[in-house]
Amino acid sequence: MGDNLIKLHYEIPSYDLTYAGEASSSVKKVLVQLGIDPARVKKAAIAMYEAEINAVIHGNGGAADVEISSGRITACISDKGPGIPNLELAMKEGWSTASDEIREMGFGAGMGLPNMKRYADKLDIDTEVGKGTRVTITVDF
Amino acid sequence: MGDYFHSVRLDEEKCRGCTNCIKRCPTEAIRVRKGKARIINERCIDCGECIRICPYHAKKAVTDEFPGFSAFKYKIAIPAPTLYSQFKPEYSRNRLLNTFRAIGFDDVFEVARAAEFVSDATRKLISEGNYPKPMISSACPAVVRLIQVRFPNLIDHLVKLESPMEVAAKIAKRRAAEEQRLDPSDIGVFFITPCPAKATSVKAPYESKKSYVDSVISIKDIYLRLLSKLEKRDSSEQLAKAGYEGIRWANSGGEGLALGTDRFLAVDGIHNVITILEEVENDKIEGVDFIEALSCTGGCLGGPLTVENVYVAKTRLKKHVDEAKAAKKTEELQETYDENIIWTENIAYKPIMKLDDDIGVAMKKLEELEKINDELPGLDCGACGAPSCRALAEDIVRGNAYETDCIFKLREKVRDLAAQMKELEDMAPPVMNRDRK
Repeated sequence: MGDNLIKLHYEIPSYDLTYAGEASSSVKKVLVQLGIDPARVKKAAIAMYEAEINAVIHGNGGAADVEISSGRITACISDKGPGIPNLELAMKEGWSTASDEIREMGFGAGMGLPNMKRYADKLDIDTEVGKGTRVTITVDF
Repeated sequence: MGDYFHSVRLDEEKCRGCTNCIKRCPTEAIRVRKGKARIINERCIDCGECIRICPYHAKKAVTDEFPGFSAFKYKIAIPAPTLYSQFKPEYSRNRLLNTFRAIGFDDVFEVARAAEFVSDATRKLISEGNYPKPMISSACPAVVRLIQVRFPNLIDHLVKLESPMEVAAKIAKRRAAEEQRLDPSDIGVFFITPCPAKATSVKAPYESKKSYVDSVISIKDIYLRLLSKLEKRDSSEQLAKAGYEGIRWANSGGEGLALGTDRFLAVDGIHNVITILEEVENDKIEGVDFIEALSCTGGCLGGPLTVENVYVAKTRLKKHVDEAKAAKKTEELQETYDENIIWTENIAYKPIMKLDDDIGVAMKKLEELEKINDELPGLDCGACGAPSCRALAEDIVRGNAYETDCIFKLREKVRDLAAQMKELEDMAPPVMNRDRK
């Protein structure tokens, strides 16, 4: 026991905020069914939600690949968007490059990456301008 | 699981085994088995959605009978503020309250009055600032139970103050004991309720070991008795003592408005409540200190045990609110509330969705669940007795259902079997009619 790995895959739609958050909300349900500590579920769900929203509003959509073992969850959210030119700035609370249109919808407050950092136990960001971004979030159980 | 009491029950005779209630239930607590809806006890939160939706009136709430000449020497009615909205506007609140004496009660105490004490205590808690924000009202027992089974991270946000019903019962009992020189065990407190969740919280309280309410009578059961005596009664005695802020609690937004802050959010209807609580759990709600969440659409006025349409009730309640606003408050708020109204017990998370206590086993079951779910038609038709294909997949891995419970799966199997039979039929032995070399 404990050796098995659950793999989940979700497509993240481009620029469609109506369905944004469905992947993280499905993952949350899965973690609850596995009986993971509620506080851990919350960490994973919020960190992944933020990454998912970023992929929608900045990255022209993408995909989420999730692996769950008995000890941790790793969620990899990748997009083929514009990439992040200045990662240091992007990590600052309140820094945002979101359009006015996005802000009017209540997103783009510049809390995406800072929140991911806050809630994830480990956060890896692999980004290249013009190619895309790949965010890997790990939360230990 | 003997420790689950529910006031929401099934009337076997009336149930036709249709899919209305299984699909409406917010905690997926109902399955159809042998043509009858079965409630899964540990999942039910007594919200009463199934009572509301059932076209055959097969779901009912168990409340107590009208007391008549019951064992109690002294009987006190404590009506929920929703009661005022059930009668035509020409009946004043005071007249209504006096009518309780005409139908056999010795005294009456307004839950609306106790609601003002709870508001007062809530305002203090907000200003003390020791609670995680947003604080969530615990006035609706269905919402408290929803949080217990679905939002464990929000248990700490629940305001641990007793409900207006409980506070009213406590005060009424103590006062009667003092004023009438009675033993508390001789005093019966009868709550007049708009909803089954309140009946459950009296029989199986979560905030204390024992409720001060002795009996719960639904508004629809007492309505006609009150109506028949309404006009004949002189209403000289001033029994209406609650202010408008307490009466307004019956309405969605009423509890929040009494807090003296704009930083509150009021949500009603159990499915809307779930959406908002999801947002709170995901840290998506900003600038809100207090959330008033009520299971029924329209708040308590929309309770399943009321008689009047919720929107009509809303208009009627407004009249009582306006009248109370115009009238001077008869007594000062501090008049009598020296009781402790903080919870003495607490609720613990009930992980009803967990597949297994062992995470390794749970993971295996989950993989199996996903695999089965992918194979199911995804129509969520409910014909298998579960609310959705995914719920059926879950039931299968829990060992409570079979894949062939799905009529599409069963049909597939029958078709395969028919094809096999045809194949066998074609293979008749040579002694009968087959050519062989």
